[in-house]
This record gives sequence, C-alpha cells and structure tokens, in this order.
Amino acid sequence: MAETSPIRYSFGADEHLFAEVSDSMSLEAFFKGMAVTRAVERLALDGVLDVCLANASFQIRFDPDRIAPHVLLDAVQSAEAQAVAERTLHTRIIEIPVLYNDPWTHETLMRFRDRHQDPSGTDLEYAARINGLADVDAFIAAHSGAPWFVSMVGFVAGLPFMFQMVERERQLQVPKYLRPRTDTPKLTLGHGGCFGCIYSVRGAGGYQMFGVTPAPIYDPAQQLAYLKDHMVFFRPGDIVQFKPIDREAYDLAVAEVDAGRFDLRIRPLEFSLDAFLADPIGYPKTLQEALA
Amino acid sequence: MIKVLKPGLATSVQDLGREGYYHLGIPPSGALDQYALSAANHLVGNPPGAAGLECTLIGPELEFRRDALVALSGALMAPRLDGEVVHQDTAFQVRAGQVLRFEFPLAGARTYLAVAGGIDVPLVLGSRSTYTLGALGGFHGRRLQAGDELPIGEPSGQGRAGNSLPMALRRAVGGDVTLRVVPGLYYERLTAAAKSSFFAEPWTVGSEADRIGYRFKGGSALSFQPREQPFGAGSDPSNIVDSCYPIGSIQVPAGLEPIVLHRDAVSGGGYAMIGTVISADLDLIGQMQPNQRAGFVAVSLEQALEARRVYKKRLKAMTGLFNT
Repeated sequence: MAETSPIRYSFGADEHLFAEVSDSMSLEAFFKGMAVTRAVERLALDGVLDVCLANASFQIRFDPDRIAPHVLLDAVQSAEAQAVAERTLHTRIIEIPVLYNDPWTHETLMRFRDRHQDPSGTDLEYAARINGLADVDAFIAAHSGAPWFVSMVGFVAGLPFMFQMVERERQLQVPKYLRPRTDTPKLTLGHGGCFGCIYSVRGAGGYQMFGVTPAPIYDPAQQLAYLKDHMVFFRPGDIVQFKPIDREAYDLAVAEVDAGRFDLRIRPLEFSLDAFLADPIGYPKTLQEALA
Repeated sequence: MIKVLKPGLATSVQDLGREGYYHLGIPPSGALDQYALSAANHLVGNPPGAAGLECTLIGPELEFRRDALVALSGALMAPRLDGEVVHQDTAFQVRAGQVLRFEFPLAGARTYLAVAGGIDVPLVLGSRSTYTLGALGGFHGRRLQAGDELPIGEPSGQGRAGNSLPMALRRAVGGDVTLRVVPGLYYERLTAAAKSSFFAEPWTVGSEADRIGYRFKGGSALSFQPREQPFGAGSDPSNIVDSCYPIGSIQVPAGLEPIVLHRDAVSGGGYAMIGTVISADLDLIGQMQPNQRAGFVAVSLEQALEARRVYKKRLKAMTGLFNT
C-alpha cells in the first residue's frame, strides 16, 4: 500500500468501531479504506451489523452481545495488515444531467442569504470568485469538465459525496454556509469543502448550491428502471460525469421521470488509481470516452 | 383498525429498528426508548419487536374501530379512554368505538402504545419503523396525520387485560439525567479546558431535540486545539473530512452546542465527534424534554459493556412473564 501510516481506531462506545485512514482527503486514503472494509466484509463476522465506508475513514456498527469489541478490533487490524489495496476498480461511469443556475436553488439561496458568506451574490458567483475563476460559466466548465469519484454515501439516505478527479491544485473548494439552511430542494447539486454532493431528498443542508438534476437517485417506491435493484442508486466507487443541460432538456427529463420512462446513461468501466496519479489530466478524459 | 382523530405533535410507527443500511445513509430508526416499546409489547402478548406507536410530547387522539388489547409505557401522559383513567405499564381492554386521549407529559417525552397483534404496516428493509427524512417505512413513510387508518395485526392471544409490569421492572422518567459517555473518536482534538468543562458543567436540552439528534445548551463553548486544517476538512477547527457518525455520538459544531445523534441520525458529516453515549443510556435521551437538565460523565468501554449487561438483563426479565 502506498499509505504507510497505520489506521487510527477508536470505539464509538459499545456499538461502533471508528477508523480514520487519514485526516486529509485523497483517493489513496479512500482506496485503502475500501480495501480494508472489503476484507472485513469477506470475513462475514457474526455480530457485524454494518460496514460503512466514508471518504478517508470507515465505521463498523456491531452487536457486542455477539462479538466482543476487542475481538472485532483484532480481526479488523489483521484484515488491515493483509489487505492489498486494490489499485484498480471494476466500476461504472454514470452521466448525470444538470441544470446549473436553476430557478429553484436560486430561490432557496436567496431565501437563506443571511446565512451566507457573501449575501450580495449567488452561491455560483461566490464559488467562481474564491476559486479564482473568471465567471460562473468558467466555474460550470470546471465543475462539469472532469469526472467525480463517489467516495461516500450517506448523511441522508442515498446522498453521494463526490471527489473530483483533478490535481489537488485544481480541486474546487468552498466553505459550507455560515449557518446551515433548514431547506434544500430535492436533487440539488451541493458543494462543501472539496466535496460535491447530490441532495437525494429535500431537507436541511449547509453545502453551496449550484444546480439541480432531474434524475432521482433515491426512491423507496423504486419506480425507475435503474432503481429496481435498490432504492439507493449510488455506491462508493461509482464515477459520475455531470452534463450541463438547458431548461428545455430539464423539463423533458422531468416529464420522462413522471412517466416512469427516464433512464440514465451508465457504462461499465475499469478505473486505475495508478493511471490517474500518473496522468491526472489525460486519464479522466479516457474515462469520459466510455460514455460516448 | 385504529383511526387517527388527531395526530399529535410527532406520532410515528416504530419497532426496534432496521440494521444493515447505515452504509447507504439509512439509519436504524426504531423506538428511541426501546425498553418502553418492548415492555408495552410484552404486556399485550406481542413479540418485543412488534410495531407500536411512538407518541411524542403532545399525544394523538385515537379511535379504535375494533376491540383491542392495549398497553402504554414510557412518558407519563395521563392517558384516558373515553374519559376514564387508564394505567401506565398495564394492559387494558379497548372496545370498538372507544377513544384514547393524552395530555402533555408530566414526566418523560415519549409514550409507546402497543396493541395486541401490532400495527400491521408493511416491512420495508426488514422493519416497520418510520424513517421520516427518507420517507421510508412506517405508515406511508411519515408521521401520522388526522384521518389515517392504522391496520392491526392478528393478536397472539397471549396477552390479558390487567397484565402489569412488576415494579422492579418499571423505570422512573423525568428529573435530572446523567448520560454516560465513552470519550473517543476526535476527543483528543479538544483542549484540556474543553475536555474538563464538558463533563463538569450542567447542560440543558435545547429546543432542537428530535429523533435525529438532541442539542444541548448552557455549558461553556468547547475549544479545539488550533491546527492547520487538513486538505478537505473545511476551515473551522471543529471540521473534519466528512466521516461516519456513530449512533449516540456527540458533535460540537463550531464548539458551541453539543449534539447527540439518535436513531434517525444523519449517517455522516464533517463535524468532529468527541465521544459516544453508551447504548444503555440512549433510551434516557428519548425521554428528555426541552429544558430538562443533563450532565455527561466519562466511562470506559468496559463500563459501557457492563451497563449494557445490566440493561439487557432487565429487558430479558420481561420475557415470558405474561405467558399463559
């Protein structure tokens, strides 16, 4: 494994084992966490209720009546010692259509302007400025120019956290709102720190808001074809490419969703961490070609 | 069938919860006071994990459309059946057409209603519990509304009116609460002064206290040790690279007001957690009202496991008590 520092473990009282792979975000830290959690899942330990992978950490929820905490810790640490971080990943790339600068997030961000760093502008204008980009169009071009890696699913049901496949210097970074909003439109594209997200449901949120997608990503009724297997669409390791669309295309897609006919463009893909690290500009373009 | 005449403040169908989907952001849900729901179920002859109603602060008004055996456990909410007082922790017979009403709790925050046969909503991901944020499970994925008609399952026939929980197995609710906490996770990022004041000072439950989490106020602000924030963590010293949140974990956004996550928790986020309330004390949080006083005390993992053994022993003592 490239990451040599050992994982830091800590018990979240008697039902959780928390593991910090790294205190900073990187794809390497994510891959290491993924390797260890997959190794733990393969052990199929009695009493392990849930193995939760996050961006640069993971957590195991367990029943201490069935597995003693230190027995679990020993098993996880030996899995860590033996886990060979997979440097390639069989995954899929998904094209997500986005109406950037849409009227619904705009209405919401105006409503909560007093909670924002820059009450005089919009979230997109603010994000463009603090990332040194000329204008909103340049920001949208950067946001949709390179694919994103789903590095965590959570906060609320089915919400993907995404990390863009660019060199660290080009990572888009924005702070969260000064105080969280009590409302965020469903299917809003958000951004906080270095992470993008798609709000799977309407609700509270603190990320900056850039647009909306017409594509449902969580649905307990499982009405669309790509949600038939599971009500939650995204999994860590998925790769996402955003595709800017206009209002007309958005309205058409929403009508297709309502009619139960909407589908996503999804292609299988092999991702190589080493190929990305060797050529962080050129390699993501080859991934995008899979969608062509 | 039970007809909801008035829904109350936040009444929802809950069982003991669902496990195995937290990695997709779907929390366990289930009764915040698992002991009370289990007790009510035992009294009416249900398995302890049958679905009941969790009635929070302002209880519902319910009309029974058929005869039913019912029990209530948890917060003391002065229940009356057609105006007649009914007793807590004791099974009672309801006739078709009778109406059950509650008052604001004298003590505690949530009372649990079990009906023989259970509330017969569909299993979703292995549970009948409501997860409101995700519009999942329970009765149409939401809190109850006026006019809802709740189906009742087939009674086991094991329950009897008059079944009463022995005094030794009843719990007092209300009063000052001490929550036991295993320090850990990002605890070491706190300054020594913050570590000390968090456990030394009294806190009170804030108005933002629900199934997702309980916010506490009144103690000193907690400072984190200064550091250059790691890449991706966000700029505030209380920020971390977004990670998973244990149920019961305590986060302190901007160092101001601690939030203890409960069974409808957001599954992760970017605030450092400083410790976790032990599993045996989670029920106590579910019975706390806004403005109630609370303190936190540090315990070891071994003490948490011992407390869990004591808790589970009491739960187990109910098994078979009322079998005929």
